[in-house]
Amino acid sequence: MAQIAMTTGFILILVGLYGALTNRNLLRMIVSFTIAHSGVNLVLVASGYLNGRTAPILDQAVPLAEAAERIIDPLPQALVLTAIVIGVGVTALMLAYAYRIYVTKGTLDIGKCRELKW
Amino acid sequence: MSENILLPLSLLLALAMVVAAVMAVRGRRSLPIAILAAGLVSLLTSVQFLLLAAPDVAMTEAAIGSGLTTFLFFFVLGRVRGGADD
Repeated sequence: MAQIAMTTGFILILVGLYGALTNRNLLRMIVSFTIAHSGVNLVLVASGYLNGRTAPILDQAVPLAEAAERIIDPLPQALVLTAIVIGVGVTALMLAYAYRIYVTKGTLDIGKCRELKW
Repeated sequence: MSENILLPLSLLLALAMVVAAVMAVRGRRSLPIAILAAGLVSLLTSVQFLLLAAPDVAMTEAAIGSGLTTFLFFFVLGRVRGGADD
């Protein structure tokens, strides 16, 4: 099951990169980046999955004494939890830049932004 | 939960995610449909996190990655009417 999730994550990364490289509309490029971001998160969580173990929550079902043999390492999950929140911040920053480009140039086509070409 | 019911579910989920991602990325459809398909990819990713025994990540992805990101996209899309189609 972790292999399926990891394969799906890599496919999502590739599809997102393809979309970011082939679309000319800025908003479509940002949508593709969010898809690649979901794929990266999925790969990271799948890399920490151990077969036959349960979620890292200590309660009556998983007592503290036998927790080390029965739960998954919670460190990749904590890192991905942080990465999701940071990803929303990055997406909001990209959208703010796209909106500024629209205000100053009146278009969202990346082919019409030619200031850095010579 | 038994493995023999989780495996076809995981395969179906993976297939739906890839189809939704291709729908979001291919440029011929309108932009709101692409944004909604990207939100659907996030939502299915959160189900995949639940199958990978990470319920806290699943909750955060469903609330922030799917909900707040889609809201941000539509907030910007409402302000760039006319520029969204070029």
